[in-house]
This record gives sequence, structure tokens and C-alpha cells, in this order.
Amino acid sequence: MTENTIAVPVHNAPAAFTREEIGWTPWIDPLSESELTDRHYAGLVEEARAKSAYFRLLVRDPEVLEARTKLDKDIFYNTRSGLPRAERELAATAASRFNGCIYCASVHSRFASHHSKRKQDVQRLLDDGIEADLGERWNAIVAASVALTATPTAFDHSHVERLSAAGLDELEIADVIHGAAFFNWANRLMLTLGEPTPAK
Amino acid sequence: MSISTPDVIDLLAGVKPGSALDGVRAQRPQTREQAQQSYLALFQPSDITDVSQEERHAVANFVAGLHRHSDAFEFYAAALEETGDPRLLETLKAEVGAALPAGPYGHYPAGPLTAEDQPGPTFRVSDAGREALGSRLTAAFEHAHLLVFHPRDARPEALQALFDAGWTATGVVTLSQLVSFVAFQVRVIAGLAVLASATKRAAA
Repeated sequence: MTENTIAVPVHNAPAAFTREEIGWTPWIDPLSESELTDRHYAGLVEEARAKSAYFRLLVRDPEVLEARTKLDKDIFYNTRSGLPRAERELAATAASRFNGCIYCASVHSRFASHHSKRKQDVQRLLDDGIEADLGERWNAIVAASVALTATPTAFDHSHVERLSAAGLDELEIADVIHGAAFFNWANRLMLTLGEPTPAK
Repeated sequence: MSISTPDVIDLLAGVKPGSALDGVRAQRPQTREQAQQSYLALFQPSDITDVSQEERHAVANFVAGLHRHSDAFEFYAAALEETGDPRLLETLKAEVGAALPAGPYGHYPAGPLTAEDQPGPTFRVSDAGREALGSRLTAAFEHAHLLVFHPRDARPEALQALFDAGWTATGVVTLSQLVSFVAFQVRVIAGLAVLASATKRAAA
């Protein structure tokens, strides 16, 4: 046997949802920076991502990582039209909270909090969970993200109507759908290929 | 080859050219293109050293089945019938039928979130299924079920089970991406399909 899990026990691993800057460590070998070729750098999209063990693990399949990274950036950063960044991050945080990804929720709750300036509401979502009362517009976004995250998905017309009543147009509702759906991809990778480490 | 492959999300969500939803998707060309590129990278890969074409379609088919998404299930079943042993689909349907809880459930690290723990089943392929699928696909299906329904129960031992069944580290990354991608894809399809019919209802 030439390959093995490299998991080492994590001491004081985060055991609660937090907005702190916690870390993440893989359970199997990422590539080392010295192994990266042009094909891998194309997969990383940004050279700086070579510093991340998570991306150096995913870059074992560079073509998938490249498409996924470009998709991620468009779903969250392309805000010339559609849903404000803060609310895309809220959808990501709600999906992560419901799936139970402490690491993903930490990163995206910080983004949601920073872009919305509604730190207390974001913290309530982390502390009290998906039933927290965050005001109708945010409640509608959280409820839709959670329904879409359930397996099988429970997203139906009532969610579209509620988002619409809260003022979201079709493009903005599609942005909620994509933000929550994308975190059903991200949560599964983060939860099953490694684990969170304590804030430094 | 990829040029002739239709946009899978448009196809399965029923997004018709010129419809309101087509217009919505057209405002996110990069999202539309890269979701399709993700699909192509997984299902028309340049390199099948670590995961075979049959394995890719079989796992995607199983994952679509676990989501009870019949259109995605049929889509991946058709691909599997082209690339795989025809008996595989029958075995797969039997295993999907035996594996249908509701997610997400699972355990948190011991601490304040323990009160939110939700126990649920750990899926094991049947003896008959194991014989038909072989050790690699058996391990892949069991891992896929963990990712779909209770990813927060994942431990390093689950990855070890894949290694023990012959998966490489690169194969495990591709498998994890594939299962998680289909979880994404099925949700976009389901979400956009609801949005399309809601829009039509509002216009009627």
C-alpha cells in the first residue's frame, strides 16, 4: 500500500459555529508546491491558491477544480446585477449551518457579516440555527436555502412566492438558488476530506 | 464532442430558448458555462486513469437516485447504459431503493452542538449488490451515501475504506468532486424548474 490517510488528531478542534478565523486540514495528502505543473496552476486559477492545502488537494483533478473555481467566483463575486453579495453569502451560510459545516459557516458568516454590517443577525443564525428570526427578507432567503439543501430538496413555489414578496426579482431568486446549491458542493468536500482546526 | 453536448442544467430544468428563465441564465454566462464545464470535466474527462467512465456514470446515477430526482436519474442512467454493464443499472436501482432516508443528519464534534445531533443510518451495500458491483463501486456507493445524507459524520476511516478498496488519492478527490457536483447540479435543476413554473403561473 503506497497511499494512506494522513490524518493526525486535531486538538481543540472547533466544536461550535463561529465567525472566528479557524483553519482546515486535509485527511489525505495534498500535492506539494514543488509538484505543481502548469496544468495544476491552470486548475488553481489564482497562483496564490497554491498556498492552501485544500486547493492543493483538489488540484489532484485540475480540470474539475478550474471549472469549479470559476463557477464559485461568478456565483458569489459577480454583483453588477442581481442579489447583493451579503445575501449570497447569507445563502451560503444558511446551507452550511444546516449541513453542519463549521468551517464553511465560519468563512461565509464573516463575509455575510462584513458585507451586510449586520453582525448580530449573522451571529444569531450561527448560534440559534436556521429558525433564528432575522427579519422577513433574510428569513425568506434562509428558508429557501435550507429547503434547497434538504435531501430530497424541499424547495417549492411557496419559497419563490415568499422571496418574491420580500422584494427579490427572478435573477435575485436564481442567485439564492445558486448560492445555496454551490454550498451543497463545498460543504460536502470540506466535511469529508478533512476537518477544521482552531483559530490561531 | 463537448460542442454537441447540450447544457445539462437547461435540459433537465426545462429551460426553453427565449423563455424568461433563459433570459435570467443569460445574465450569468460564466455560471452557465462553468457549471457545464464542471460536468464535462467529470463526465468527459481527459484522464480516466484513476476513475473509469463506467464508475463516474454509475456513481452519478446513484447520487441522482438518492436525491429522488427522476429526470437526473434517467439522464445518468442513459449514460450508464451506454458505458456500463447492463446488469449494473438493475443492481443500482435495487441499492438506491434500499438507501433512502432524508438528510442532512449526523453528529457534531462533542460539545455545545451535541444537542443538535441527529442520528441516522449508515448505508452498506447488500451482499448481492457487493457481488455485482465489485469492491471499488461498493466502496464508492457507501461513500456517496455518506456525502449525500450525512457528510458531518465523515471521519478519516471513510477515506481509508476507499483506499482499501483500491481507490487512489486522486481518485478519491475526483469521486468526492463528482458526488458533490451532482448534489449541486440536482439542486440548481430543481430550483430553476420551480422558478420557471412559478414565473409561468404568475404570467398566466
